[in-house]
Amino acid sequence: MMLIKIVEHIDLNEAYAHLHTPEAGAVNLFVGTVRNHSKGKEVMHLDFEAYETMALQQMQHVADAAQQKFPLCKLVMIHAVGAKEPGEPVVVVGVSSAHRDASFEACRFLIDELKKTVPIWKKEFYEDNSVWVNAHP
Amino acid sequence: MEILLFGITREIVGKQKLPVPADQNITTVKALKTWLGQQYPAMQSLSSLLVAVDSEYAQDDDVLNGENEIALIPPVSGG
Repeated sequence: MMLIKIVEHIDLNEAYAHLHTPEAGAVNLFVGTVRNHSKGKEVMHLDFEAYETMALQQMQHVADAAQQKFPLCKLVMIHAVGAKEPGEPVVVVGVSSAHRDASFEACRFLIDELKKTVPIWKKEFYEDNSVWVNAHP
Repeated sequence: MEILLFGITREIVGKQKLPVPADQNITTVKALKTWLGQQYPAMQSLSSLLVAVDSEYAQDDDVLNGENEIALIPPVSGG
């Protein structure tokens, strides 16, 4: 029903395969990737760190809330950790549902809530320095 | 009591786990934050600093004891 995990490398086919079900008329996947620039600077690579036990628990809370809110068949949330290059997928959230409206809304809800509450941290490395994203006002 | 550190808090302290001396008599989330701010002024300049107890976000007046897993949660930036 739900596939929730933290991995080194995201397998998009696995996410899609999990969502597949004959009851669904819609499968929706959002893939977040590494952007090659941030605040006008070129990003060389990113490093993601997770507090894994808590991150999985908080992802479960978000998934449970989505399940309550929308009529879903299946759901997936996968986040990557470790060093990532521009273009690489770092997060995938997805659902299948009978109709498309719920699938779009649920994906939006999953990624927005994940970004607010799941304890995962991103460090951006530029040519001359590096910063923990969002750490300072 | 030992505090798990992640992201920028791990870099500020310079280690992954921070032991809290028993003689500090820290028993609440609020007291822990106050002590951390005194020990590591760089923590005060963060956008936010939350505490998690057993993988759930804790409130300032929640009680801490050595049996729980306690962690500092600096501003998250996943996704």
